[in-house]
Formats: sequence, structure tokens, C-alpha cells
Amino acid sequence: MTCDRVFFTFDITADSHLLPAYRSRGGYKALEKSLRELSPAEVQAEVAASGLRGRGGAGFPTATKWSFLAKGAPVYYLCCNADEGEPGTFKDRWIFEHSPHLLIEGMLIACYALGVRHSFIYIRGEFDLSYRRLMHALDEARQAGLLGNLIMGTDFSCDIIVQQGAGAYVCGEESSMLSSIEGLKGYPRNKPPFPAVKGLYQMPTVINNVETLSTIPWILANGGAAYAKIGAEKNSGTRLFGISGHVKNPGLYEHETGYRLKDLIYQDAGGIAGGRALKAVIPGGSSTPILRADEIENITLDIESVAAAGSMLGSGGVIVIAEGTCMVRLLQVLTRFYAHESCGQCIPCREGTSWMNKVVTRILQGKGVAGDLERLESITKGITGNTVCALGAAASMPVASFLNKFRDEFAYFIEHGRSLNDGRLEVQL
Amino acid sequence: MSCLTDKFDELRKIYPEEIKSSMVLPLLQLTLKEKGHLTESDAIFIAEYLDVPAMQVKEALTWYSMLYRTPMGRNVVKVCRSIACALCGEERLIGHLTRKLGVQPGCTTPDGKFTLLEVECLASCGTAPAMQVNDTYHEQLTEEKIDRILEELS
Repeated sequence: MTCDRVFFTFDITADSHLLPAYRSRGGYKALEKSLRELSPAEVQAEVAASGLRGRGGAGFPTATKWSFLAKGAPVYYLCCNADEGEPGTFKDRWIFEHSPHLLIEGMLIACYALGVRHSFIYIRGEFDLSYRRLMHALDEARQAGLLGNLIMGTDFSCDIIVQQGAGAYVCGEESSMLSSIEGLKGYPRNKPPFPAVKGLYQMPTVINNVETLSTIPWILANGGAAYAKIGAEKNSGTRLFGISGHVKNPGLYEHETGYRLKDLIYQDAGGIAGGRALKAVIPGGSSTPILRADEIENITLDIESVAAAGSMLGSGGVIVIAEGTCMVRLLQVLTRFYAHESCGQCIPCREGTSWMNKVVTRILQGKGVAGDLERLESITKGITGNTVCALGAAASMPVASFLNKFRDEFAYFIEHGRSLNDGRLEVQL
Repeated sequence: MSCLTDKFDELRKIYPEEIKSSMVLPLLQLTLKEKGHLTESDAIFIAEYLDVPAMQVKEALTWYSMLYRTPMGRNVVKVCRSIACALCGEERLIGHLTRKLGVQPGCTTPDGKFTLLEVECLASCGTAPAMQVNDTYHEQLTEEKIDRILEELS
């Protein structure tokens, strides 16, 4: 069965990421069509018809986000969120490394639709090959008259400025990213006002994920209605699903939304490493609630299906955990991460993430005490809903869900001072 | 420092004057690349160059984890310790690196050749376990692969 694809449409070769190869695949025709044949409102209407929802994690409808932009402002900004830092997620890297022009074209179409003159890509500071390929692609585009002044001989001018992050997970939160682009420490901001009203430098700003923007050329080339027909009903299209952890063939796979999670694990990824049984799945990046093996039976990879199972599709980063894995040890890896990445602005998150990490770490050291599990649950409740941004909730969800799903393992560890399992995280082959 | 202003001026051409504050991070990163680590006087120099408050640049300098404020080894080895790498043997590899380099994570070898760091997710989950040496990613790591990488750098 063939299916429509947006990303995995070509064989990767030494020069498949360059402009000539991109053009040979029909690249920049959607931009040309937009600039020459469509008004900005018509471009927005195509995106609205596609039903495209944001790929960064929240799944908000892209065209609706665009429609919130305050009217009559002197300047509008578009920021592409490429601060890919959610553990389990590695899709934006693929786009930068193998099809950077797809993102550039998508951004230019979006900028045309939104009346943006200067746009930004906020890319992770760690990314090396991604950054170099992006910068090279921007040079190619500039030299070909596809970027900068009077693009393709039309009266549309647009620049893309690349900002490199400097090692802060929270800067993937949109308002934190704006702070960082403005040259400040990356503290998130209270909403409202939302970025669409007061964003970068207090001007109306749209923030979209790399994968979201990279989908737009396909939508303009083939029509929003064609895109809406692909995949699941309420979140159309294809997505890049990353699968990692205890599987035989980890990696990135493109599928229509609505693809079965079990097929991703057992067919694409070849099943569980070492021939072990499946213990648990974190379906959408490390912040999303963990699911037991028996809960994933009927899950399909669309936002509604994963939500109905009590978790989130998030950024599409599926983390697979084999039977025998110590869940106390695994949770400590997560609590350590969030304690490290809390920005320090809100006291419930700043104190709570470190506190949760201390409690989980002491359980892991065999020094847990009675009441620790209730204490952890109380801390998650103290954080959630009491912070400026979602990092606090993102830190709390794994703790609450691990305790909910694997409580006996934590209780055993506290009582006996050792793991119910062999204590190692790696599957011994 | 003043030797950097030519490069600063070059970068300034990209940014419209009204958003010059956006140059804080790029200028810190550029200075870091030249000097290896950053100090408060670098922050003040950049603040004066951009005519933004010195405290703004100092805050940025101390807040971002990749803006090193102490001298680092000539090669910075950053091993990912987040969930996918942890599930695929990060602990084993950090043990190997610790023995091999003779220093704990966070430390620099006495000869100044290597600094060993544990970092959070490098977005290499599908090719875990992973590490970054200076800018370069190394993925699907094994002990043998690490030995080869270190040898090439010695």
C-alpha cells in the first residue's frame, strides 16, 4: 500500500539536501504558486482547509493560531521553534540534515501569508550538522533569489535570521524562546497576552514547530483538501514518529496519523530488544504519561486516541521500555532531567523539581522512607497549575504516572532497599 | 576583546537596529568560540558594544549551560544521559570514559586535553547512545568506538 508522504519522498544521497536536488523534487513551486497566484488570505485558507495541527507537542490547529494575530500592527514576526529538546524526539534534526529547503520554503510561504518581513529560526545550540546544512541552504536560497529582497521578482521580501540556543530545554517553550531571541535569559512569560498579541519585542508573533512549517509546501502544492484526507479525522496528515529505547530498530518513521502504535513498535522498529516482553511505552516525549503494555493494545498514533488512553501524542517521540526494567531507576533519569532544566523563575517548579529528584534518588539509594510516595504525589499537585509555563506540569506527569502505573515497584524498593528488577536500564543482549 | 569588534560588526549587518538586543547570545557565542570560556568582563564589553544593560548580558552569561565560564579542556566530551541513552547503556559508557580518561564527569584531565561532561538530551534518541565531542556528534556508541574517537584526538 502506498501512502502520501511529506518527508520521506526521496532517497538520501550525498547531495539530496542541496537546492538542485530539492528543486528536482518540485521544490519552491509551492512558494512560486503562492506568491504569483494566491493572496495571503488564500494561503491561510489552504492551511485552514488542511486541518494541520502543530507538531511541537500541543497539537494546536495551525491556521487557528495564525488567525489570532492582532490586526493592524506595524510589524509581525514568525519564529520557527527548532529547539528540539524533548527527550525521545529527534525529527527536526532529520529535516535540517536532509531537507532544509522544505523548512525554508514553508517558512517563506507562512511569512507571505502572515505579512512577515523578518523571521527567525531558533535552533538548538548543540546541533552541528543541522546548523551547517541550514546555513548552507539559506545561502543557496539567497543566491537563487528565493530569500531576501523581492523574492522571485515579486514585491515580497523576507529574511530568515538563525538564532542558536545555548543549552536550555525550557527555551523550547514558546515564550521562553522569545525571551531568548530578545537576548535575555530564557524565562517564560505569563499568558495572556499570548504571542499572537504581544510576542517578540511586544509585536504579534506566530511560533510554529519545524515539522509544522515543513508541511506547508506540500499543502500549498497539493491543496489543503487533499491533506485533510490523509490520516486520522481530527488531526490529518502524516507525522514523523521517532521510536527509541528498547527496540531492535530505533529510528524515525513517517506514517499517516492513525497508524497503530503496536505496528510502529513491532513492525517498523522490529519489536523489543533481546526478545523481551514489552513493559511500558512513553508515547510522545519524556513528559507524557507512561502507559503499561496492556494499555497500548488499541492505540493509534493520533492525538485523540492517545489522549483517550490517558496520555499524549506530544512530539511523536515514542520511548519503549522492556520487561525487567527498573522503573525507579528510570524515573530518576527523568526527575534529574527536569530538576536540571527548571529555569528557576517559579518557586513551585524550581523547588518542586529538585525535591522530587531528591526523593526519587533517595529511594533509589535504598534510603526511601514511609510516606515518600505520598510526598511525591503531593509535590506534583503543588507544581501543576502553579507555574508560568508547562515545564512544571511536564516534570510532574511522569512522576504521577509512574507512581500510578508501577506503584508496587516503588513500594518494594522503599521496603527492601533494592529493586524488584535487576536494576539495570540497559537490556543485556 | 577589541580584536573581535570586526566580527561583531559583521554580525550586526544581519540584525535590524531595533532588534539589536537579539545579538546578545550570538555575540556571547562568538566570543566563546574565540576565547574558550567567558568572563564577566566579556559580558560588560558586549553590553557596551550593544548599548544594552550590563546586567542583561551577565544574566544571560550565567543562565545558559553552554556558555562556559571556566576554562575547558581542548576537547569537550559531552555524553547524553537522558532517557533513550540511559536505556541503551549510557551508564556503561560513562564508566568506560571515566576509567579511560581518569576523571569524573565535570572534570578536566590534568594535561588539559579532555573535559568530560554529562549532558541532557542531544536529540539522538534513535541512534542512542550518543555523545558530542566539541561540535561533532558520535552515535550508536560502543566502548570500541569511543576508544577510536579518543585515540584520534590524542
